[in-house]
Amino acid sequence: MAQSSALPVEQYNYDIVRKFTIVAMVFAVLGMTVGVFIACELAWPFLNFDVPALTFGRLRPVHTTLVIFGFGGSALFATSYYVVQRTSQARLAFPWLAEFTFWGWTGGVALGALTYMLGITQGREYAEFEWPLDIAITLVWVSYFAVYVETLRRRSQPHIYVANWFYLAFILAVALLHIFNNLAVPVSLTKSYSLFAGVQDAMTQWWYGHNAVGFFLTAAFLGMMYYFVPKQAGRPVYSYRLSIIHFWALIFLYMWAGGHHLHWTSLPDWVSTLSATFSVLLLMPSWGGMINGIMTLSGAWDKLRSDPIMLFLITSLSFYGMSTFEGPLMSLKSVNALSHYTDWTIGHVHSGALGWVALVSFGAFYHLIPRLWGAKLYSQALVYVHFWLATIGIVLYITSMWVAGIGQGLMLRSFDDYGNLAYTFIETVEFMHTPYIWRALGGAFFVAGVLVMVYNMVMTLRTARREQAAIEAKLAAKMAKA
Amino acid sequence: MRHEHIETNSGLMIVLILLVISIGGLVEIVPLFYINETIEKVDGVRPYTPLEMRGRDIYVREGCYLCHSQQIRPFRDEWLRYGHYSLAAESQYDHPFQWGSKRTGPDLARVGGKYSNQWHVQHMKAPRSVVPQSIMPNYPWLLESDLDYSDLAGRMGALRATGVPYSLTQQEYDANVGRFGKVVADQLDISQAQDSLLKQAREKDFDGIPDRITEMEALVAYLQALGAMVDFAKYDEGYFTTFR
Repeated sequence: MAQSSALPVEQYNYDIVRKFTIVAMVFAVLGMTVGVFIACELAWPFLNFDVPALTFGRLRPVHTTLVIFGFGGSALFATSYYVVQRTSQARLAFPWLAEFTFWGWTGGVALGALTYMLGITQGREYAEFEWPLDIAITLVWVSYFAVYVETLRRRSQPHIYVANWFYLAFILAVALLHIFNNLAVPVSLTKSYSLFAGVQDAMTQWWYGHNAVGFFLTAAFLGMMYYFVPKQAGRPVYSYRLSIIHFWALIFLYMWAGGHHLHWTSLPDWVSTLSATFSVLLLMPSWGGMINGIMTLSGAWDKLRSDPIMLFLITSLSFYGMSTFEGPLMSLKSVNALSHYTDWTIGHVHSGALGWVALVSFGAFYHLIPRLWGAKLYSQALVYVHFWLATIGIVLYITSMWVAGIGQGLMLRSFDDYGNLAYTFIETVEFMHTPYIWRALGGAFFVAGVLVMVYNMVMTLRTARREQAAIEAKLAAKMAKA
Repeated sequence: MRHEHIETNSGLMIVLILLVISIGGLVEIVPLFYINETIEKVDGVRPYTPLEMRGRDIYVREGCYLCHSQQIRPFRDEWLRYGHYSLAAESQYDHPFQWGSKRTGPDLARVGGKYSNQWHVQHMKAPRSVVPQSIMPNYPWLLESDLDYSDLAGRMGALRATGVPYSLTQQEYDANVGRFGKVVADQLDISQAQDSLLKQAREKDFDGIPDRITEMEALVAYLQALGAMVDFAKYDEGYFTTFR
């Protein structure tokens, strides 16, 4: 970064945070745009264009990988590197290793997306990376762990701040999940077969899949929440005791819940029942986190009127509360019988991914950008514009998916007076056409909001550079005089 | 122990987190490998022939699992629409499993034998020519590309390493003859893989092009094998519930 060279050496390593912030936004634009495109393919199938690399089946993992690992992952790297330094009051350990995590992660995600378009995939949802990339990711992850823990160890505070507990649990759990779910026997560089088969493989995959949600998209983002909400509100976390209880309960319970993705399948009933039970229990620590976050604002509620960043953060917690209520509901076997295999699941995921994960990240980034680049945010008004575009987008997305999902579920199980099926499968596909268009529109709104943010960010960075240049010029003039 | 001890000691915190997050998986996954009732005892389920196996590779490559499930649930509407609910035994050789999580298109667990080869070829080439409201992509390149079957031994060998009974030795071959009969045992023999692939393609001509073996050939062979291995007439209704 050019502008940092003139400053005295920063107390903390912000360079790596800046890099991950920028790349997170790049992945957000790419991944979400692909999302809107594949949403359009479902509404208008000619958009597949008979080009293998552009078909829905190959682009869908590109979308999920770019947004979850590209955008979400980079946002977590950025914020965790920032938070661990600030709360430990220690500079990031092993800067070269942190640098490696940046290039390794970014390169791995980008390469993964390209290989899916070529048809190179393990055929496991959210774990499509073939084995060489899996190994590369493992190396990046071990480095991440080393940098993170060593920085923690160098803290000049006796206590480890609560945000770091969540980041730490996320790093450990993801390592465990990634390794066991990707056990495979390679055939060549581009092809492998999973070590497990059938029912055991399914359970391993959804143990992974659900905890990718539980740890990657929840625990880690709760870590983000625990730093940025109190900071932005200027108030301490609502309850220390609640944070302890909900932390340990959350990480314990999540690991049991994966089987609810396999209700009514060939998975033995005992596992599925156990998973449903723990999924319902999960409501408590989830809402514990939501309450702890939202109540942090008590006594400062007026900030919701004056501070658009607070709006992002508190709305994200509301969506978190909503989707962690919807989740346990959908994990009940009777509800799942209708919801499973339908777009209700897709809607549920997006109320979490867009409403919670993306909004809390945007809030954190808006908080970070002025501090990282040392310039005031270019426009507060544009933050409001972004907020409303995003919120309208999410509402359109999830309501259209409720219509599509619940509608299809009801149609598929309805019978006529003679006990015959009332609808053929293709009639449900026809029915979903209209909600699919609304969904694509919702996604487009959301992407539009992201583009507004990118513009705001670019303008802020340009101001920062200009101001920096002015200071340098002044300094040079002074030096010349003396 | 007071929480203060944990939050002032990063090593202790790491150990405790690892302990707490390991329990769920240990209780729910590990027993699945050891409890005998997890997979039903049923006749007829065999590993895929080399041609079907290559078809399955293409199924995975194209990401079919993202829109089609292969797992029928024990509900009346699914029974009427798709057939008997799926057994764990039926995917016991599936590396990876392809049960899926979304039905943008219908379930395929028992699509085998439901449509003719010709229908499948036409449907894959241009889905809307047979189902006008379909939103499936066209897959014309499956008919244009010749199937690569140069690496059958490598692929079957890798699957054998995961536990699929493809035979490499005489002993394994004999065991397969006892278990699946000679015809199937020949198809599962790695040394005869290429011959049996060519033979199956020639006899059945799945893609409707007699002088070529296309990727379509393999994919249709795979689809026609799905869910067609178990003869449910041989078992009474109550039998499979003893395994649930």
